[in-house]
Amino acid sequence: MQNSAMNIEDKGGDQLVLHVGPQHPGSGHFRIIVTVDGDYIVGAKPDPGYVHRGAEKMAEYRDYIQNIPHLERPVIIDATGVTLPYVLTAEKIIDVEAPERANYIRMIMAELNRIISHLYWLGIYGIFLGHSTMFMWPMGDRELFIDLAESIGGTRVTFSYVVPGGVRNDMPTNFKERALKTFDYFEKRIEEYKKIFFNNPLMSARTEGIGTLDKKDAIRLGITGSNLRACGIDSDTRKDEPYCLYDNVDFEIPTRKEGDSYARCIVRLEELQQSMNIIKQVLDLIEPGPIKQVIGGVMRGEPGEAFVRTEAARGTMFYHIVSDGEKNPYRVKISVPSFRNLIGMTHLLVGSRLADMPAIYWSLDYWPVEADR
Amino acid sequence: MPSNLDTENQLVKSLTDQFKNKIKTEYVKHNRIKISTNQDNLKSLATSVKELGFEQVISHGGTDYPDNNVFRIEYHIICVSKKKLRSIMFSIMTEISKDTPEIETLIDIFPSAEFHEQETYENFGITFIGHPRMEKLLLPEDWDDIPPLRKDYTLPGRG
Amino acid sequence: MVNDPTLNLLVGKASDILDNTLEKNVREPIRFLVNWGRLYSLWPVHLETACCSIEFGAASGPRHDVERFGMLEAFGSLRQCDVLVVQGTVTRKMAPRMKWVYEQMPEPKWVIAMGACAISGGLYMDSYNVLQGVDKIVPVDVYIPGCPPRPETLIQGIIELQNKIRKSKV
Repeated sequence: MQNSAMNIEDKGGDQLVLHVGPQHPGSGHFRIIVTVDGDYIVGAKPDPGYVHRGAEKMAEYRDYIQNIPHLERPVIIDATGVTLPYVLTAEKIIDVEAPERANYIRMIMAELNRIISHLYWLGIYGIFLGHSTMFMWPMGDRELFIDLAESIGGTRVTFSYVVPGGVRNDMPTNFKERALKTFDYFEKRIEEYKKIFFNNPLMSARTEGIGTLDKKDAIRLGITGSNLRACGIDSDTRKDEPYCLYDNVDFEIPTRKEGDSYARCIVRLEELQQSMNIIKQVLDLIEPGPIKQVIGGVMRGEPGEAFVRTEAARGTMFYHIVSDGEKNPYRVKISVPSFRNLIGMTHLLVGSRLADMPAIYWSLDYWPVEADR
Repeated sequence: MPSNLDTENQLVKSLTDQFKNKIKTEYVKHNRIKISTNQDNLKSLATSVKELGFEQVISHGGTDYPDNNVFRIEYHIICVSKKKLRSIMFSIMTEISKDTPEIETLIDIFPSAEFHEQETYENFGITFIGHPRMEKLLLPEDWDDIPPLRKDYTLPGRG
Repeated sequence: MVNDPTLNLLVGKASDILDNTLEKNVREPIRFLVNWGRLYSLWPVHLETACCSIEFGAASGPRHDVERFGMLEAFGSLRQCDVLVVQGTVTRKMAPRMKWVYEQMPEPKWVIAMGACAISGGLYMDSYNVLQGVDKIVPVDVYIPGCPPRPETLIQGIIELQNKIRKSKV
């Protein structure tokens, strides 16, 4: 069909259907069925759902606060990125607003999580391109940011830290010194990353001009986040529709025009720096004060609905909650960036070479657990 | 929060001029517009919304209302290229009867809705006419129960 | 001659002594050698089932580095693997695939259930699509609790598995 992103055509001849995944060094919890003609991919059909746990249905059986942990699990790699929009939506339903300090701490956690998520992505991308050093370095440096987040949130990855009305607990008093020390170290490391990986001719040869996404196609297929910014569109929900207190901080939106795998990588690398800049500014702006608005009794909303989008590490995270006045939400709809990127992935894979599949697949930062929910 | 709704009202006005009483404005809030219509006009409404500059379906989903015997279907549409419209989320909504859960697909207008519609199909059993793959996506291949997001489906652990 | 009870007793004793000597001097060293060879070259299958894979990845990273303890990184074909680490939730769609993967692995093989979901369904105890515990479809050797388990906990679980292998019969 003309309108479909998946053009599986029967060309006859030497076609071969390959099932990549779910047990495969690259695909993770995901299968993609590709049709190859010689070395070229002529059709790609994603088969997600291997981690589908029915979060949307489960949310109808839990109240607003009980929903936080299981809605976090799809993206524990970017835990605040996925719970923050849920909490913002729930706050609109319950009609509470977080105090200023809580909003700033939320921003710190969201940006720390963005760094943690991007570094994990970078480590795995290194392995995908056969560059073991680039696995070890980001995974090692990621632990430093996990330590920072752990000092606020209490665990390594699953913080469940943002709650309706504010945040669970205050951050430690020495957080600023620790954070600045880590950032100083990591800013030097970014230069080293560039030397060994991003300016490496091997890396360029494997990613430049590979999986080029046209600007028009990116818009048409619903790509958001870093993948869209790599196509030359400076769209970022933090600027477009500021939530928390993002309008108080000043940051740049890294963009590239090329739209290929290399552009997507370099955009994410520059976002690491921007995230650190945001945290630095927040640490200067933040003032002592209450961190939570106490809500007495069971949280209950007025009948109605709310929808909120935020910028998570992989793109725009969208929540739509319908309330009927009961303590449990009536319907929770989660629209995650990875799920929307599926269509872009099939579009990019068709026409490329089979050997470039890992480079394209992971450059989109597709996280199957998030897509399946 | 600034309460200047000029852009929002302008957008709604251009649509009401065109569709007159075929559409109903549910609400116009800061950065949020919601318009409902009946099943037959959904496609032409979507075309007009696209002409206004909204180009991506960021979310599409359904909600089951067993009391009214309807499914409510919504498309949340955003714009990423035009700076002026970027902050606005445009929602279009329609209700279809649970007895004949069929509706025309919008993927020829918004290709980004393709997987969302497939998900709605398996979660509610709503058939999108013209969609190339009305088949299971996230659910296991051997799913033989009623679609899980319908209200009459109860979770196994919750009796 | 054949029915001489003294001789029968003698033969019985002699076989006992031989068996003991064999056990102490031949089988035991072989068992030790074989198990020693197995326990420091555990090779996990690269089968990620859910979100615990992040902590599994972190455990392969430089800070925790499971390779110190004889657990390799998850790469390569499942034909050369001997450990299946079930990294979290197993859904109804993944369950048959996981069983196939387990059946295709060569003997000897061990299974680690990592995370609350793999052990009992965990947070997803009422989900319509989640297998409530992987021990329903594959035999599990070590359970590692946590949601997700910290890399240190994973390392502890691997050491427990090695203790089990050390004591196993050949």
